[in-house]
Amino acid sequence: MNIVVCIKQVPETTSVKINKDTNTLVREGTKSIINPFDMYALEEGLRIREKSGGRVVVISMGPPQAEEALREAVSYGVDDVFLLSDRAFAGSDTLATSRTLACGIEKTGDFDLILCGKQAIDGDTAQVGPGIAENLDIPFVAFVRKIRELDNHTLKVERMMDDGYDVLEVSLPGLITVVKEINEPRMPSLKGKMRAKSINIPIWGVADLDMSDSETGLKGSATQVIKIFTPIRDGKREILEGSIEEQIDLLINKLNDLKVV
Amino acid sequence: MGIKVDIELCTGCGICIDSCPFGAIKVEDDLASIDERCNLCGACVDACDFEAILISDVKEAVIKSDGYEGVWIFAEQRNSKIASVVLELLGEGRKLADKLGVDLSAVVFGENIESSAKELVRYGADKIYIVDDPVLKDFNDEIYSEILTDLIQEHKPEVVLCGATAIGRSFIPKVSARLKTGLTADCTGLDIDNEKRCLLQTRPAFGGNIMATIICPDERPQMATVRHKVMKKALYDPNRKGEIIKKSFNGLSMDLRSKVIETVEEIGDMVNITEADIIVSGGRGLQEPKNFRLIEELAKTLGGAVGASRASVDAGWIPYAHQVGQTGKTVCPKLYIACGISGAVQHLVGMQSSDVIVAINIDKDAPIFDVATFGIVGDLFKVIPEFVKRFRELKG
Repeated sequence: MNIVVCIKQVPETTSVKINKDTNTLVREGTKSIINPFDMYALEEGLRIREKSGGRVVVISMGPPQAEEALREAVSYGVDDVFLLSDRAFAGSDTLATSRTLACGIEKTGDFDLILCGKQAIDGDTAQVGPGIAENLDIPFVAFVRKIRELDNHTLKVERMMDDGYDVLEVSLPGLITVVKEINEPRMPSLKGKMRAKSINIPIWGVADLDMSDSETGLKGSATQVIKIFTPIRDGKREILEGSIEEQIDLLINKLNDLKVV
Repeated sequence: MGIKVDIELCTGCGICIDSCPFGAIKVEDDLASIDERCNLCGACVDACDFEAILISDVKEAVIKSDGYEGVWIFAEQRNSKIASVVLELLGEGRKLADKLGVDLSAVVFGENIESSAKELVRYGADKIYIVDDPVLKDFNDEIYSEILTDLIQEHKPEVVLCGATAIGRSFIPKVSARLKTGLTADCTGLDIDNEKRCLLQTRPAFGGNIMATIICPDERPQMATVRHKVMKKALYDPNRKGEIIKKSFNGLSMDLRSKVIETVEEIGDMVNITEADIIVSGGRGLQEPKNFRLIEELAKTLGGAVGASRASVDAGWIPYAHQVGQTGKTVCPKLYIACGISGAVQHLVGMQSSDVIVAINIDKDAPIFDVATFGIVGDLFKVIPEFVKRFRELKG
């Protein structure tokens, strides 16, 4: 079975904070990680290969330094990695990103199953997975928490819903996005780490993907960010005082006044 | 296409560095430079006091808004019950439609859904498009995407809104990709720029640490999913009149490649944290799984749902469906009570937009107190039982 996993390099959330005095964004260093949800996708890909054989290919789109994320993926034991990187990709929204990734995936060869994390922790859109599926015209299931059955033609999964779950049967090739519950990711292996150091990572740009400039990047995007600002939070923070009984009475009164209970 | 620093104007002051959410700017030899991490968001352009940063060659606006008119909301149902987020969409949609001077329409898919669909008129819809068919009873991405895409192509609304629910976030991205138009996820604020007649979509990014306002200048419709519990619900008017338009389901253009075999409602009101007005959450401070009983009791007393921190879920004390935070669910109830949760940033990003936050923790330096409206520094094993007892006495 040929499996493709899409990963994104994201800033570790803890490195993006608001300076309370100046109300500006503080980035403590620029530590980057593989998007946590993508780690579950990666792990699931490796588990499927262990059971049914085949190949796990990992693809990422981003700036040249996203190569680090792909090297990390190699350390977990994936077979091949590819980076889509080109200045022409800059400013891509989810529409342009999914189109670009879909072209990249097709270039990697035949595939049976594409795995993505449910969403990336920086953008939180959850739109690129379904966007890729649409561009490749393959079936799609979001928020998969369990793969029940998998053979060369069909996949049976549990999709997490707000009030429970659905069981779906999907024909392959297909794309699923996964949630944390699906597995527990492994640690890198020594052999993997060695290979990660030396592997040569192909980098594909617009020309390699046979795309035109108008299909990707800012020109290929439908949305545009016009403003970025820090959310206004009311500064009222109150630590209650007194005995436990007094604090509780005070709290209940305050919650009553605010009409939240 | 691209972003440029004017070397004549740049003083190397570095203000732009802080303004960049992507960490793409550095200053060397009194000159700013911007690397590939740049997302062309323009934050630095606004921040620069010397007008030294320029974004050039933004594509020419050829607005394809001709013929697109009206605001649509997708009214999702599960088990033939219209979701509560739909009333919020109608409230917000009504405002937008009035600003644009157009009709507000609701689209409903389901089986035997007509009578509840008609009710939406009384919540402010001018038109209801109903597709009633047994095949639409369960949520299937493929079928839903195809029908909604067809309806949009036929009727050309300028705005389409949907709840940022499991259903909305699952199939709306497919619809927008098929229509090759923009989609903004999980919006918490919507408005209309009357001059350009475009939808201003505001949403949190970086786990709520920054907000971004996004537009879809050239493509139509402008599509957005809207976060639950943020917008005000529409008011009910029993005398409101509207038009009901029944559409029949005529099959699909291709063979169905996925099917829903089973729908399992697993969790009661105690768990559905995305719908709850009140959430009581427990963390590592509970020490043992059996102590979640305390959280459940307080939640039950207040009429709320039970949430949990990642630590308690990973320890196996409570199922994943309860997890609040970065790798769990993002919630914004009216009241969030964090008990024995220290407040790691990954937890905070999932709950910090709640209206009122109460923190109960024994450690007065716990970061949870930084976001708490009210804090009680104390032993939760004493505080929670007292809370339950006093609340019951007072409310009878």
